[in-house]
Amino acid sequence: MAKGESAVNLPHPVLASFGGAVEFIFTPQTSNVTGGNKVGGFDKSLELVLKHLEVTVIALAIALIVALPLGLYLGHRGKGELFAVGIGNAGRAIPELAVIALVAVLIGVGLQTVAPALAILGIAPILVNTYVGVHQVDPAAVEAARGMGMSELDIMRKVELPLAVPTVMGGVRAAAIVIIATATIAPLAGVETLGDFIINRNVYGENGLLAGAILVALLALTIEGLLALLQSRLTSDGLKLKTV
Amino acid sequence: MASPFLIAAGEVGGDFFHERSSGTLPCQAQSSHLFCWDWARENIDRYGTPTVQHLEIVLLSVAIGFIVAFALALIAHRTRWLQPPLLTATGILYTIPSIAFFFLLLPVTGFGRDTAIIVLSAYTLQIIYRNTVLGLANVPASVKDAARGMGFTSRQILWKVELPLALPEIIAGLRIAVVSTIAIATLVVFISAGGLGTQIYGSGNLTFPTSIVIAMAIVMTMAFLFDLVLLTAQRLATPWRRARAL
Repeated sequence: MAKGESAVNLPHPVLASFGGAVEFIFTPQTSNVTGGNKVGGFDKSLELVLKHLEVTVIALAIALIVALPLGLYLGHRGKGELFAVGIGNAGRAIPELAVIALVAVLIGVGLQTVAPALAILGIAPILVNTYVGVHQVDPAAVEAARGMGMSELDIMRKVELPLAVPTVMGGVRAAAIVIIATATIAPLAGVETLGDFIINRNVYGENGLLAGAILVALLALTIEGLLALLQSRLTSDGLKLKTV
Repeated sequence: MASPFLIAAGEVGGDFFHERSSGTLPCQAQSSHLFCWDWARENIDRYGTPTVQHLEIVLLSVAIGFIVAFALALIAHRTRWLQPPLLTATGILYTIPSIAFFFLLLPVTGFGRDTAIIVLSAYTLQIIYRNTVLGLANVPASVKDAARGMGFTSRQILWKVELPLALPEIIAGLRIAVVSTIAIATLVVFISAGGLGTQIYGSGNLTFPTSIVIAMAIVMTMAFLFDLVLLTAQRLATPWRRARAL
């Protein structure tokens, strides 16, 4: 599988291969592997970026729906610390490749199996961070809210969750990172994300390989930047004053 | 739409699926059965070399990552204004998905273990750096004042007071770094660097459930054992402090 390196350790060929990759993203290239068929190009790149985004958004949404209420409830009750933290630690140890591989060979290929599999990887960081974030909310604030006659649900929604936003969003961002990264190997399970350029290097060639890497990296950094922006929007001004 | 190798995924990859003595399948290893004990018993020895490779890559990566992150944290501890830019820089390295990172380095370092180790060690920087800075910042000023009052120099305060007190946070960061690196190191198969990933995705094909489960079990056991060793080391090294559950 290991092909000979096409570039030696000199800056010029390195720049040339990056140039080739950028060209691949925008204009279809004649592949020397598929016998004259054109591969890559802007339309194909856009199609794969959108698919990658779609899988990521669906998986992140599922992870949020499962982990956020659970973490909020456990943190509020102060129960299940061992459960939440245990899930978090075990979640970190799960090899992403094995999850995608098992889903592909046991359950089947396609978006409907890959998205839940990716969601599983995102659940752990969101659950732990929500638990920790809510758990460390100043008990005085919760007592004050209770004294004002707020219901337990209101306390969770209006006091604990807003105060835990920075920690919760830390978990959401960690989940987004692992989901975007793992979506790169989703082509192994029949979902054509940007990883297609990377995994099917026999179709797209060296330029495609590098183009895929560039696009995945840019996508991850963009999503991460947007989530950081969202975090600062969601964090109340009072909390920001304290941290600065 | 199915990708080309998916069609090939069901095909037999070399002698991988066969019992080596007779050349026949000991049980339905290739089918959708989750686990085939017969095959596992016959073939468990083929996981030795990948496990050792995996361990080597993880240990080298975390060691390099730790040295760099620790040095950065000490510099940032003394030069406060460096803290935000260093956090952003290590954060960017952490955000780039590892597979993308492998192939971004491909024109420079090529296929193989070097690229794998560079990427995996870059990955550990943020968590170790952040926890070390945090641990040093959490040392109470009164303790440092007391040490200064006893005539400690700045260097002595750092090595004899601040770092020992920051040890729980530093080791907490190291634990996260080691555990996640053990898991992520399965991906180095894409850059032809070996490791347990080869038993999940070998010669361009996914293997089959039994092999994937064995590789996954070895990875997770390895992660659990390292976590336990580091936790124990931390408790032994900080007898004055009861280790917290987190």
